[in-house]
Amino acid sequence: MIQVEGLSKIYRVAEKQPGLAGTLRHFIRRRTRDVTAVQDVSFRIEPGEMVGFLGANGAGKTTTLKMLCGLIHPSAGEVQVAGHRPQRRQAEFLRRITLVMGQKQQLLWDLPPMDSLRVNAAVYGIPDAVARRRIKELADLLELGEELTRPVRKLSLGQRMKAELLAALLHEPEVLFLDEPTLGLDVNAQARVRQFLAEYNRRTGATVLLTSHYMADITALCPRVLLIHQGRLFHDGPLEALADQLAPEREVRLELESPISADDLAGLGRLEQLEGCDVRLLVPRDQLTAVVAQLLDRFPVRDLDVTDPPIEELIGGLFRQGRV
Amino acid sequence: MRIFGLNRRIIRVLLGSQYAHMLEYRAEIALWALSGVLPFIMLSVWSGSDARSGLGLDGVALDRYFLSAFLVRQFSVVWVVYAFEEDALLGRLSPYLLQPLHPLWRYVAAHLGEQLTRLPFAALIAAVFFAVRPQAFWLPSLGGFLLAWLATWMAFAIAFLFQSLIAALCFWSEKASALERLQFIPFLFLSGLLAPLTAFPPVVRALAQWTPFPYLIDFPARVLAGQPVDLLAGFGAQLAWIALLLPLVLLLWRAGVRRYSAMGA
Repeated sequence: MIQVEGLSKIYRVAEKQPGLAGTLRHFIRRRTRDVTAVQDVSFRIEPGEMVGFLGANGAGKTTTLKMLCGLIHPSAGEVQVAGHRPQRRQAEFLRRITLVMGQKQQLLWDLPPMDSLRVNAAVYGIPDAVARRRIKELADLLELGEELTRPVRKLSLGQRMKAELLAALLHEPEVLFLDEPTLGLDVNAQARVRQFLAEYNRRTGATVLLTSHYMADITALCPRVLLIHQGRLFHDGPLEALADQLAPEREVRLELESPISADDLAGLGRLEQLEGCDVRLLVPRDQLTAVVAQLLDRFPVRDLDVTDPPIEELIGGLFRQGRV
Repeated sequence: MRIFGLNRRIIRVLLGSQYAHMLEYRAEIALWALSGVLPFIMLSVWSGSDARSGLGLDGVALDRYFLSAFLVRQFSVVWVVYAFEEDALLGRLSPYLLQPLHPLWRYVAAHLGEQLTRLPFAALIAAVFFAVRPQAFWLPSLGGFLLAWLATWMAFAIAFLFQSLIAALCFWSEKASALERLQFIPFLFLSGLLAPLTAFPPVVRALAQWTPFPYLIDFPARVLAGQPVDLLAGFGAQLAWIALLLPLVLLLWRAGVRRYSAMGA
């Protein structure tokens, strides 16, 4: 459904020094430099796949999404989405895709969402009866009711986002580009949007490429993730494989009957925390079984828990350390 | 059939929603209508001036000309460059560009919705004018009214295309509206808003005929006021300007979209 080969985007940005002298120099002789936002990115996404697109701010996620939906022309490389070259933005292509940006809106601010939905139905040539049926189905899934007849400005952020999703999906697109669709929503609203996206994918078989700062979105929806950093693709595969790649250790938490010293834990992994009876260790995955057996054997253990470190911490740490 | 993505159903729904949208701003639009009283100020200036005889219009004709200029201006005022500039800067243009409808149609519908909202306020101001100057009252014939309506609509089309041309420059410069302000002074003088074109020396008048400005106010206002005017030349010039501007707008828009980098997104 989506094929990307050697995709690159280079922006030319103006450079200006601060102060009056810098302003005058900039006015007389404008200096620019090229900034590579996306560099030689290649991947394929099959029909019906839900793929998470991860990366720090400025990593190139949004630029890539915009090239995939045809808003931006690539500097180099080839893109095919649903058999079309996106940058040509043919009507047939536009009817098969949608882009939802969490911070941008297409609904008319002072009118109820229903007015914008009627406009979208007309623009996409959806017959009235079909549009009414789809609006009802999608509104039920999103738990939207009377909100559709209240002015958008009177809706909460969560209600507005759900209405935006409804407007973006009314024409039943086959490819969904979702850029931070849960940004700023409370936990309940995030969960509702996630459930909706999973259900929409199950019902329609749509292909979804999703960026999000909330790892819960990715873990709940996307068996496969793309990780992009400084414009380059760093990982393409299952989320678990990314966790293995980023964190070769697992976290072991112990609650003991009585306190012990750090020396007692020598050779049993990396000690992260020791406060009275509470212990936190990082243990290499291949030594986990042996270490846990030794811990249970040597210490009076009241409780033991083995977990993967949170993926957002791993990725955050990765970017902070500049390991990619 | 679709023309640049438009069909009858879209026209109906877009106009309906934009009219409803503009009604939410009715108080603001009433103030805009009131702020368009420049022709009445100019009328009072010319009425008390000795230079009035040079205009070739007697008192009643002058009243009718400036009232017509006010009405034509009410229904041909264009602000697409400001709306477009804001949409481009705030990234609102992106969703519009991803729909199978040329984004300019949305702005056309917004303008028509706004004109419809203005209608009662403009009618009220005209009624007050007639109450103050009852001798100026007239009702154009049906044919005259239809011709004036057509000329006003074509004036709107020229103004809209002209400003869309400037708006398309937003793809290159984020503040293209500065260019719009640059053309405001020649518009004020050469459109007939400050004075009928007969007030100007023959050379200026002749030069003005080669600009779009006289066809934005002077020509439709004279048609509405029932004053002698060369209909064929006037409508011909309006059509020529539309025929010239339309392909330029479409070409510049297409080139601009290629350059578009979704600013602010």
